Amino acid sequence: MTPADIRTAFVDDLVMVAPDLDPGAIGDHDHLQEDLGLDSMDFLNLVAALHKRFGLPIPEADYPRLATPSKAVAYLTEMLAA
Amino acid sequence: MSVFAMPSLGADMEAGTLVQWLVNPGDRVTRGDVVAVVETQKGAIEIEIFETGEIAELLADLGQTLPVGAPLARLATGEDEAPLAVAKPAAGPTAAPAAASAAPPSATEPPAPVEVAVLPLSAVPPAPVGGVVAASPAARTRAAEAGLALAAVSGTGPQGAVLLGDVERHLAAGPAPVADTVAAPPKGKPRLDMAEMRRAIAAAMTRAKREIPHYYLTHEIDLQAAQDWLAATNASRTPDRRLLMGALLVRATVRALAKAPELNGRFEAEPYAPSGPVHCGLAVALRGGGLIAPAILDAAEKGVEAIMEAMRDLVTRTRAGRLRNSELTQGTITISSLGETGVDALTGVIYPPQVALVGFGAPRVRPMVRDGRIEPRLAITVSLAADHRVSDGRRGAAFLAAIDQILQEPETL
Repeated sequence: MTPADIRTAFVDDLVMVAPDLDPGAIGDHDHLQEDLGLDSMDFLNLVAALHKRFGLPIPEADYPRLATPSKAVAYLTEMLAA
Repeated sequence: MSVFAMPSLGADMEAGTLVQWLVNPGDRVTRGDVVAVVETQKGAIEIEIFETGEIAELLADLGQTLPVGAPLARLATGEDEAPLAVAKPAAGPTAAPAAASAAPPSATEPPAPVEVAVLPLSAVPPAPVGGVVAASPAARTRAAEAGLALAAVSGTGPQGAVLLGDVERHLAAGPAPVADTVAAPPKGKPRLDMAEMRRAIAAAMTRAKREIPHYYLTHEIDLQAAQDWLAATNASRTPDRRLLMGALLVRATVRALAKAPELNGRFEAEPYAPSGPVHCGLAVALRGGGLIAPAILDAAEKGVEAIMEAMRDLVTRTRAGRLRNSELTQGTITISSLGETGVDALTGVIYPPQVALVGFGAPRVRPMVRDGRIEPRLAITVSLAADHRVSDGRRGAAFLAAIDQILQEPETL
């Protein structure tokens, strides 16, 4: 998967857990909690969706690496390559 | 025969718009069945019926906005269809006229017509068969702005719910079919439902401040033990089975109510009587503004895992606009939690007719004294806003102390 594919998948999962977000308006450096308003339940649902899609464990210690779409794509790219 | 009427979904609701019937004349329904979907300022709400019987006739049309109490359907309840008026002798002279006047309508009623879905009442063309699919509040707002019928949009959300992105894609795909039943509000004035929600919140909170003599208590809780237990528990779990601190806080609060049961209830009539079951409302903030506090029903019967599942379900359905009226109208206490990115503490306003609101600030590492030494520990400030008509500060303090104590033994949750 290219980083662009991963970003598309990430945004799909993000919009699934936060259906009131407009996918076209999500910026690469938007902070999921502070800018996009995800609460802890939304964030956990997002992590669960990414886990299901990519089969990665995504431990809690790695949560800060999912803070923005840009960081998340870098993290997922790295983990999928590992 | 009884009438199923537009229910009130809170002291702040005056009317609702019928968007979907889930039953047809002739269907058997059981108390608690979801029979219709009504759009309110809180989003689309699934309406449950409160009696068991057979739907005789649908009295309301899709798209109609109806005041609370307006008849939606007639329900044959079985008790009174038979030649009851003659078979059952009146209990006494005063009961006779009532029985007599009640009898004729049901006795003379023709069998329920089979095709009574649409009444001639309305100039509105019938809505598409199957009514409006589930949709998020933002999608509904956007579709209404664009004059787009939601039924024309294929949804990709939970259970096929139409999401904002689906509406945008549909609009981008081609000229929007103009639904002439929907008066498009002027451009540049989106979020009309948000204005209504704001009014609804204002009405409820004004009533709370006018009628309820609040008192407030706050208490700082050492959350480190709970956090350590949570981290250890979650370390071996896949994300879909992980717990949130919020579930521990809700479980601890519900358990602590055993120490002060009078804080759990609805003050609807004198004398006040606490509720047996705990229906624990959770304030869920909406990203567009406003909030909804649906309740976890029978929360005292649920362990921490079941509380977590119920919270996940409620938040998901709140976001998708698919709550049930029982969840919005039966709450006996409300918890408001600011989550991880909030401020230190909140001092709440009780949601009438409840008598207490528990507020949790954001958990934060603070210097705390333990065994005579200052240590950095995760801490949280819990607050109680309670109704002085039914409890006093001493009882409220015992309640907050119980929450603290339970959170020190997370393995017992």
